[in-house]
Amino acid sequence: MASPPQPWLNPALTAGGLAPLLMLAVQGPRGDLGANAIEAALHQTGLLALVLLLASLACTPLRLVFKWTWPARVRRTLGLLAFTYACAHFLVYAVLDQGLALGAILEDIGKRPFITVGFTALVLLVPLAVTSTKAWVRRLGFPRWQRLHRLAYVAAALGVVHFVWRVKKDATEPLIYGAVLALLLAIRVGEATRKRRVRAAAAARNPA
Amino acid sequence: MSDKPPAEPPSSEVTPEALYLRRREFLKNAGLFAGTAAAVAGGLYLLGRKQTRPMDGFVPDAGLVQQPVAKAQGPYDTDEPRTPYEDVTTYNNFYEFGLDKNDPARFAHTLKPRPWTVTIDGEVHKPQTVDVDQLTSWFPLEERVYRMRCVEAWSMVIPWLGFPLGKLLERVEPTSNAKYVAFTTLLDPEQMPGQKRPTLDWPYVEGLRLDEALHPLTLMATGLYGRQLPNQNGAPLRLVVPWKYGFKGIKSIVRISLTREEPPTTWNLAAPREYGFYANVNPDVAHPRWSQASERRIGDFDRRPTLPFNGYAEQVAHLYAGLDLRRNF
Repeated sequence: MASPPQPWLNPALTAGGLAPLLMLAVQGPRGDLGANAIEAALHQTGLLALVLLLASLACTPLRLVFKWTWPARVRRTLGLLAFTYACAHFLVYAVLDQGLALGAILEDIGKRPFITVGFTALVLLVPLAVTSTKAWVRRLGFPRWQRLHRLAYVAAALGVVHFVWRVKKDATEPLIYGAVLALLLAIRVGEATRKRRVRAAAAARNPA
Repeated sequence: MSDKPPAEPPSSEVTPEALYLRRREFLKNAGLFAGTAAAVAGGLYLLGRKQTRPMDGFVPDAGLVQQPVAKAQGPYDTDEPRTPYEDVTTYNNFYEFGLDKNDPARFAHTLKPRPWTVTIDGEVHKPQTVDVDQLTSWFPLEERVYRMRCVEAWSMVIPWLGFPLGKLLERVEPTSNAKYVAFTTLLDPEQMPGQKRPTLDWPYVEGLRLDEALHPLTLMATGLYGRQLPNQNGAPLRLVVPWKYGFKGIKSIVRISLTREEPPTTWNLAAPREYGFYANVNPDVAHPRWSQASERRIGDFDRRPTLPFNGYAEQVAHLYAGLDLRRNF
């Protein structure tokens, strides 16, 4: 049975999801982000990009485990919010932190695995954001679209690695996100295995 | 008075039932929208909240030990603008009190910097354990305005109070075997709760070559901005080596040992690829995860180029003649 339409859900998620970004834009210039405001903005945008990406990846496992259907309707919003924060994170780095010094930025991306990995995650999210509309699902056909959007898992894994490498010592926090991602992946792998078995059993019953 | 029944409102003013229901639904949805948006915003905001200014109500309890008197500029002082006291005392790396920059200012009140003794031993003719106040009374306090460059590519300008380490070493008379100086921070998880976690191999240990330790720039600091050192800045006694990355400036020292061998040092043990023993500020040797070519002075918007030896090359470069600074980073 279809759940009620809940027209407020996606607008609320968008408004609430963008609020921390607006807070940063207000707090930074006011000096409320501490002695190193750019570093604070960098950390907050990066963390929220990862959190929102994991949240978007949790929608299907939530349906599989709890039979909830509403997360499927906010998945796109969550994914686009994650992409927004990933872009904000990169812009804070490139514009505010590095002052658009192209040489230094390219050297960072090319030579420092920590930054290479983070940048790759951002690049992987671009085609997913572009093809997030219904028109693109139709154009690609759902199976191909779905395969393409599995890149989100790769991006999230790279995001966790980027986070682990960022901390100097005590990787507890990034590893918590890594564990969440591993759990979400495990649920999907379990479901895929189950489906394959069901299909194999059906094929065995009805040989073509 | 009329006995007519009250006139019915004209039909134009009656809300049709469908609209009436839609309005109720609209209000309900608006409420759900606002509630959900606020919950999401609050949740994300709390998750992302790090390193915001935590210092509401922070009062530096360290007393004024010396009025910042107008004085002739010392031979090593920089006249660059000083980093505000608030930033110097709230943006710190002191993992004994937590990993976030504002943790030390929030949690270092558990440290008791008095009474405090310092043990000086190893290759010296006069080993001794001495109360910190007695130790500092042996030397006149000087103010030194130094640049400080953190390995994380931020920097500050800090007016320290202290005395040259060399004067202390002369007093305890190193033997001819002494080649290095090793420093140790207090080990007491009750006073330094961060030591309850195995973040680093406690206690924190740092070291210098003897000639570096004897250099007149090398300071034992007991204060900053004319005040006693706040706990988060390494009370009661810390090392300041202005041409090296900040992590060499070991805080809250309880032991100074002169040794024959290069002492193992905490960050070098934890990540030898990233933190060398020398840790001289060097724009040409990148940290594996970021360039060291430029830095952000706390309070500035733009980055500035990093200077070799943090701008003290004229004074200290000769110490490293013949040493490959890419290998001995």
